[in-house]
This record gives sequence, structure tokens and C-alpha cells, in this order.
Amino acid sequence: MSGSYDVLIVGIGGQGTILASNVLGEACLIEGRHVKGAETHGMAQRGGSVESHIRIGGEFGPLIAPGQADLLISFDLLETLRYSHYLKKDGKMVVNRRLVLPTSVYTQKLTAPSEDEIIAALKKYELCLLDADRIATEAGSPLSQNVVMLGAAARWMPLKPAMLLESVRRLVPKKTVEINTKAFEMGRDAGGKS
Amino acid sequence: MEQNYLLGNEAIAHACIESGVDFVSGYPGTPSSEVIDTLRLRPERSYYVEWSVNEKVALENALAAAWCGVRALCTMKHVGLNVAADPLMTSAYTGVTGGLVILSADDPFAHSSQNEQDTRCYAHFARIPCFDPASVQEAHDMIAGAFELSEEFHLPVLFRPTTRICHSKGDVQLGDVQESTRVGEFHKDPRQYVVIPAHTRVLHKKLNEKQPALRKRLVEKGFNRYEIRGKIAIIASGIGASYVQELLPPGISFMKIGAYPIDEEWLGDFVQKHEKVLVIEELAPEVEEIVRQVAGCVPVFGKKTGYAPYEGELSPLAVAGIMVKAGFLEKNPFSAIEPVQNLPPRPPILCAGCLHRSVFYAIKRVFKDAIYPSDIGCYTLGLQLGAVDTTICMGASITVASGIAHSGEPRDVVCTIGDSTFLHTGIQGLLNAVYNGANMTVFILDNRITAMTGHQPNPNTGQTACGVESPPVSLDAICRACGVSFVEGVDPYDYTGMVQVLQEARKRKGVKVIIAKQMCVISARRAGVKRGRYAVDPEACTGCGTCVRFGCPAIEFASEKAQINELCSGCSVCVQLCPAGAIAREGKK
Repeated sequence: MSGSYDVLIVGIGGQGTILASNVLGEACLIEGRHVKGAETHGMAQRGGSVESHIRIGGEFGPLIAPGQADLLISFDLLETLRYSHYLKKDGKMVVNRRLVLPTSVYTQKLTAPSEDEIIAALKKYELCLLDADRIATEAGSPLSQNVVMLGAAARWMPLKPAMLLESVRRLVPKKTVEINTKAFEMGRDAGGKS
Repeated sequence: MEQNYLLGNEAIAHACIESGVDFVSGYPGTPSSEVIDTLRLRPERSYYVEWSVNEKVALENALAAAWCGVRALCTMKHVGLNVAADPLMTSAYTGVTGGLVILSADDPFAHSSQNEQDTRCYAHFARIPCFDPASVQEAHDMIAGAFELSEEFHLPVLFRPTTRICHSKGDVQLGDVQESTRVGEFHKDPRQYVVIPAHTRVLHKKLNEKQPALRKRLVEKGFNRYEIRGKIAIIASGIGASYVQELLPPGISFMKIGAYPIDEEWLGDFVQKHEKVLVIEELAPEVEEIVRQVAGCVPVFGKKTGYAPYEGELSPLAVAGIMVKAGFLEKNPFSAIEPVQNLPPRPPILCAGCLHRSVFYAIKRVFKDAIYPSDIGCYTLGLQLGAVDTTICMGASITVASGIAHSGEPRDVVCTIGDSTFLHTGIQGLLNAVYNGANMTVFILDNRITAMTGHQPNPNTGQTACGVESPPVSLDAICRACGVSFVEGVDPYDYTGMVQVLQEARKRKGVKVIIAKQMCVISARRAGVKRGRYAVDPEACTGCGTCVRFGCPAIEFASEKAQINELCSGCSVCVQLCPAGAIAREGKK
């Protein structure tokens, strides 16, 4: 078995999960570590459920097996529940406290768990719940919520926060570097620095 | 040497530049599209690059360039290779002078495809080599070898990455960019390039004579290799080899197949040194068939004995399961954990403001009891709206419609096809339907772009792959030239007007074409088009649910009232649907 640190980033197509995974990949390069990843492209991105696998220190395949992820970063409560089985027994979760109901809930009158029910179900994991939209807006742009999430998750990752931040600064559009730097730091505060 | 974190397709594209590629053509298709997208969007290019109108056209162009001695790359998804199969089969006979690499990306598990076919079977069928990389780095590294092999044996070469190579990422060691300097020159040689029977019989024999040396060369070059570590062995190819390597216990021999055809003598020697072998590969039993031919009495574990599946994609969990079942691994290191059940699914959905949704809604309203053949594109998602009855392959909406219409089926037939798909293989079907007098309605969904695969331009866009202006084709004129007399353009955001045109079409005999023109909402957003949002007046809303049934992701329903969220792009179709007049532009009443 490989000694990789496996991170699963999940959300809804269009929320910025791919940029978040690129940040982790770039940070691995800065630190001179191997990294493997897999992501959702194509039609599935049209508002569908999306997942990015990132294996820090990974040398083999890009996919994480269920029950093996060290860390789950989730942009949506319902998606957290959908992918929760990927997490290890002592795995960590960093979750955006936001619930976007799929359109099928309205058109086909499907039942969906409520915000409180989902949070209750997630209580068995080591959970960091934050309002990334609000924090991102405070940092200067709601579009920086993915960077807020990374900031909050930084304490769990085997990458130096300074390197993660450097990677963020390299990958976001130039005119948003300051906002995203602030978003990252505010995310770190929300995640509880250690 | 440069280290980068790259998508498989980006790494492949870069490797082509390192090999000094001169000519690039292809048709977009998930998971292959980003190879050309990477090549066409580079600020400096020393090579020619085009999006062709379909894969057959792309391959014939690339083949001709390779006949002229330059290095050519042609890209497509696996099902595109079916469209290009005609030139493919005979290109093996004519061969090439410059290297020709045909990238056909497979999609095990059909993440974004209509089937799970295996490109390696085509290579076998055409008797040309095929590369099957196991990782992003290997995909990158193999490209140089693929061009060299193509030139050494004067054969087109297939390159088969799968979704988990194309759309996976890794730290990749890149080489230096090589500027293409070759200039094409065609040397007339009818015996090579004019495949009349007298010539082609000779060419077929020559193709067969190339095979033994080809098989040996793939071993000599290290694309196929092994390590003997014990009495039992695993043979793996493609991404499956990466999964096996992560799990492989000490004391088990390992053979990695990276290219075809496999040297049978070499393979037989390896198999005979073991007491049993397990074959791990995705989709077809291409490797396993040959292993069985040379295995003699050595037991072979694989698909044919029920240990591995013929369909779907492999995963670490699946490979571990196969290894345990076949006795190559003591215990599965992954615990089978069930996902949480009964969660509402979140499939992909047409965007808020997408033109397709309003077209489907209008079709369903005017043609209540009709058959709805459709095609390949974002609009296949019209399935969720009950407006897609068939999808089989590119261009088959129009042909399936005319087939149903001529079968005696008494109901109306209304088919939908996107602009890029119409230009890909839709035109011939329309010509055929008119020629043979079918009664049907064709809806062309014209958003001016190949949207689903990532917004590639097509002849309808007004610019080439590299952004050079080109004359946008007139879909209207094409339809009229095919002999259609009823050709009407509609704005799908004008729902009421569109319904009237549909009602008119319904009254007429023959082939009727309606062209719905509206920019893709994603392109419109990128172009800075702002239409403003709409909102529901809760006082006026009766909670009837009409707008909810429209299926727009911007419309939600809570406490017996509809509400519009921030996804609204201002198409205003729901305003026209609401029987209570409760929806208006935000901030206005």
C-alpha cells in the first residue's frame, strides 16, 4: 500500500472544485512531492455532483478507494453525505454549511434530508463546519469560497500552509490575488489553526 | 526538464509538441477534447491545427498530411473512431511517410459516452500498433515512441488513453518543445496511394509482413516488459497496471503491457515459467485472448473464467477484489463501505436559461403524443424533460426520425439535433429524408458552439480552432439546398412565438425544419451578456407548480410558493409560462 495522503474534494459542477484540486497539486510540486489526481469533466459538470481525488505523495493510480480518504473537503452538505463513505474511520471533514437541493427534488418531488439531519448524520466524523460563502464575501468576493475551504482544511494537510498559500497566489487570476490571500487566511482562522 | 501538475490530455498535447508535431486535426469528444484545446490555445504555434467537422474528415486530413511526410496527430473519442473507421482500415494498407498518431480516447464506465467500446479491438482489426498508457507520465513519454514507431514501420499508430488517463492529473516531467520545421511534400506513387484492387492486394500482403518485426520492436523498446518474482504472475495493461502495482504483494511476477500487438513467443515464454496467471485489463479481453493462446496448460484467470468483468472501469477496490478472488492477494485491504442510501440524485442538468429547455417544453406542448428522436450533445439531457425518446450516435436523430416516419408509426415524429452535430453527420440524414419524402419535423438547436465538450468552435461559430475569422455557415441555406421548403428560424426565449411556428409545422406535410437560435448561456456569460434576473411575487404566486415543471435549476419551491434563485440568467421563458403572471424582472413589477 502506498503512503499517500488522500484528499477527496466534492461539490456541484461550477463551484470551483477543480481550481481547489489544482492548488493542492501545485503545492505538492512546490514541496517536491509526487501527486496524483482524478476529476470530473464533460457533461457531468453541468450542475451535477462532481468529485476530485488528490493523492498527495501518490505514485500509483489516481483513484481513492472507499474508506481510504484522509480528508474530505465538501462544498455542499448533501454532497458531503453522498461521499462520506470514502472517508477513513479517523478521517477529517471540512464542510461548507450550505445545502443546494437538486432540481429533481422539486420536479420529481423527491425527499431530501434537511440541513439539521445532515449535520446530525455527520457528527460521527471529525467535522469542521463553516459558512464559506459568508467568509468569502467578507474577504471580498463570494467566488473565493473554494480558497476559504482550502484555508480551513490547511491544518489537516501534510503540506505547509505557506506553500498552499503560495500555490493559491500562483493559480488565481492576478487581480484577485489579494482577495484570495485574505480568503485563505480567514479560512485558516475558521478551520482553527494548529 | 520541467515538472508540472498536468491533466493527462495536457501532458499528451505537450509531448506532441516535444515530438515536433506539424499537423493536428480532430473532432471534440469527452474525454479527448483537451488535447487539441491545449494545442490550439497556445500563444505560439509552429504547427497547423484544426477542429474538423467530423472524425472521418479529421483522419483523412491527417493521413494526407502524413503522406506528405509531416508528423500528424488526429484526436477523437472512441465512438468517433467508428466514424473514421473507413479511412482507418485502408490507411493501414497505404501506410504513411511522416508519423501519424491517431488518439482515440476510451471511456470505460461510459462516464460521458453512449457505449464502452475498446479502441484496442480496432488496432487488432486494422493490424496497426496501439499504445495503452498506465499513467499520465507514461502517456506523455509514449508519444515520442508512437511517432517514431509510426515512421519506422510506415504505419498509422493508435493511441488509447482512457478517461482515468485523460482526466487524471499528476506531477509530470516534461521535455523541451521542438519547433516543427518540416514542410509537406507529396511524392506521387499510385501503387501506394490509389487502392485499386491490383494495388491493394499487394499492400495487404505488405501490411501482414510487417507484423512479426513490429511485435518484437515493442518488447525491445520496453513498452511491454516483465519482472519475474515468483511462481505466479499478473499481466496487466492500461490504468489497471497502476492499480495492480499499488497492491502487488512480493513474490508475484508482473508483466506490463503498454503496446500492441503482443509478441506471442515472448509472452509464451513468460507464461510458461509460472503456475498460474491473472490478467487485469479494462473492457475487452484483448490481452487475455492472446495469453490463453500461448498458456498451454497454465491456468489463466480473467474475464473468460468469471474473475474480472467485461464491462465498466476498474478501480483499486475492484482490482483488489479480483486479486483476492483469484488467489493472488490474501485479503482485500479496502473495506467495502456502503454509501448512504436514498439520497436524491444530482445528475447533470441543462443550465438555467439554456435554449434547449424551452425548445423541449414547446415541442411537448404542441406535439403532445409524438416520438422524439434526439442526438448527442447537452440536449440529450432533455431526457429529464421527457422529450428525448432515442439517442444512438452522432447525427442519428434525423435518420431515426425518418425511419420511424416510414415504418408506418402513425404518430408525429419531431427530432432535435444541435448545430455541431448537424454539421458532423446530420446533413446526409436530412438530405435522405427529403429525397425519400418523410413526414417529420427537425428542430436544429443552434447555440453556435460545440458546448458539451467545452465550447469548441465549429463552422457555425464564425471562427476557426485558433480564433481566425471564418465565414459562418448558413444552416438555413444548407437545409434549403437539401430540398426543405419549410425552414423557419425562431428565438427560443420567445416561447409564444416558437409555439406558433411549431403549430404551423404540425399542419404541413414533408420535412419541416425549425432552427432555434440562441447563444449558449455559458458562452453568453463569458461574453458579458447580462439580462438581469427575474423574481416571483409571492402574493401573486398560486403555487400551481407550472414553472417548477419547466425544470429550471433557478426555480425552487418552498412553503407552497415558487422562488427564483441566483442561477437565473434572465431568459424570461418562465414569465411566459406562469398562468398567474407572478414572475417579473427583479426590482420591477
